[in-house]
Amino acid sequence: MLKVNDINVYYGAIHAIKGVSFEVNDGEVVTLIGANGAGKSTTLNTVCGLLHSRTGSIEFLGRNLAAVPAHKMVELGMAHVPEGRRIFQQMTVEENLEMGAYTQPRAGIPANLERVYEQFPRLKERRRQVAGTLSGGEQQMLAMGRGLMSNPKLLMLDEPSMGLAPILVEQIFEIIKRLHQAGTTILLVEQNARMALSVADRGYVLETGKIVATGTGDELLHDEAVKKAYLGG
Amino acid sequence: MSFLNNVITGVSLGSIYAIIALGYTMVYGIAKMLNFAHGDVIMVGAYVCFFAMNSAGLPPVVGVLLAIVVCTALGVVIERLAYKPLRAAPSLAVLITAIGVSYLLQNGAQILWGAATKTFTPIVSTDPDARLVLIPGQLSISYVAILSIVCCVVVMAALTLFTGQTKMGKAMRACSEDKGAAQLMGINVNSTISMTFAIGSALAAVAGVLMCSAYPILSPTTGSLPGIRAFTAAVFGGIGSIPGALLGGVLLGVIETFAKAYISTDLSDAVVFAVLIIVLLVRPAGLMGKYVPEKV
Ligand SMILES: Nc1ncnc2c1ncn2[C@@H]1O[C@H](COP(=O)(O)OP(=O)(O)OP(=O)(O)O)[C@@H](O)[C@H]1O
Ligand SMILES: [Mg+2]
Repeated sequence: MLKVNDINVYYGAIHAIKGVSFEVNDGEVVTLIGANGAGKSTTLNTVCGLLHSRTGSIEFLGRNLAAVPAHKMVELGMAHVPEGRRIFQQMTVEENLEMGAYTQPRAGIPANLERVYEQFPRLKERRRQVAGTLSGGEQQMLAMGRGLMSNPKLLMLDEPSMGLAPILVEQIFEIIKRLHQAGTTILLVEQNARMALSVADRGYVLETGKIVATGTGDELLHDEAVKKAYLGG
Repeated sequence: MSFLNNVITGVSLGSIYAIIALGYTMVYGIAKMLNFAHGDVIMVGAYVCFFAMNSAGLPPVVGVLLAIVVCTALGVVIERLAYKPLRAAPSLAVLITAIGVSYLLQNGAQILWGAATKTFTPIVSTDPDARLVLIPGQLSISYVAILSIVCCVVVMAALTLFTGQTKMGKAMRACSEDKGAAQLMGINVNSTISMTFAIGSALAAVAGVLMCSAYPILSPTTGSLPGIRAFTAAVFGGIGSIPGALLGGVLLGVIETFAKAYISTDLSDAVVFAVLIIVLLVRPAGLMGKYVPEKV
């Protein structure tokens, strides 16, 4: 579904991504793990067109994304739930969800809203509330719900568990499993490597802009080097 | 009764300021820039209407519509040519460019239409008798004042509906909060910014015609003072806030009129700015603005 081939991304003189290649197949949950500053967010932002690679190519559903601007990615079936949620703080919960469905035909929106509210009943209770007043966990649910409003084929999640209490982390991963079972392809970036690897079919380990290990979720969970660096020994 | 008359004059002048302030505030909200050329778009609108009525002999309505069309196009072109290439540039560079565009428009107008002032033909009658009399001999309101207030109310209502209820309006709010996230939703940020400039400039045309109907002197620098005052009004009300532009504009008009009537004509601007400074000391984000600390 997604094929990233040898991308190099720079911030001015900083070489943040150094020749990264990976792929995500239909129906898979693939995780990208790595320490702070490894380049995980940069990779996702490059895939969704907010940043650009100087080399290589990114292919999504067989289409080269080189000339596709960021705002066209949703229509192609890619949704990105960015790091730090980036919900529209001054808009209501429901308006945020509507924005998620910006490219969808109007007629389908009520059904989508219902589906998201079913997934996140808390959002339904707060639908008229201004999003900036939601708790951190609720904001994360909103960010995910907003991403789902476009019926994505590929959902990219950048640290969905960041800053959440353990019980909420569990909930978020439950939702990821449910989406996976429902057939959504997911590219998951996480600090919480143990959780991420346990839900993932495959994983890639990113270290200072390079992929240093790859394997199935289980393989990586039991890999000595990965254990040492990311799973607390 | 002179007090009430002053209130009416102030509110109608303030309505025009509010319409101009909307342009500043909407553009600031979305492009995070102060479009100092906005005042000069007002002047262009007034000239277009003037020539449509006086040289081409067209009826006032057509003149106004023509002014709206020309200003809308002008606003979009200015954004596209002067500001869009600077999207990633430091805000100081954008500010200086905006000042440059302002001079370009003023000097362009001078070349095209001459430096001499023209007497604008008001779009509604301004005869001393053509007034709505509320209390005979004491309280009356001119048609231009009525028209200004009505325009302001209509524009406010329309914009409130637009930003609150329509898909495009909501997309505009989304862009003003977070352009990156808006793009992830599929919103085309560039066309949203263009649309904002289009709306602001169309409003500038309306304001230009109203302004010159109330104070019928037209020259290439006609737009600069009202532009600065309306910018003040936008800051006063809280830049980025649409109701703030209304409140700031009307208050500014009233304060200016009262200062002229009760203090001194020469000091009216000083009084206006004194009030602005006091308001900003108490509420740094303006009357209706939200104070958002700069993220570090
Ligand atoms: N806007 C930027 N300007 C300059 N350098 C940046 C910028 N954003 C990221 N970087 C640098 O690029 C590298 C990769 O950053 P990135 O945000 O992709 O890391 P990450 O793996 O997502 O980390 P985290 O887990 O902390 O979110 C870092 O060294 C970072 O300092
Ligand atoms: Mg990150």
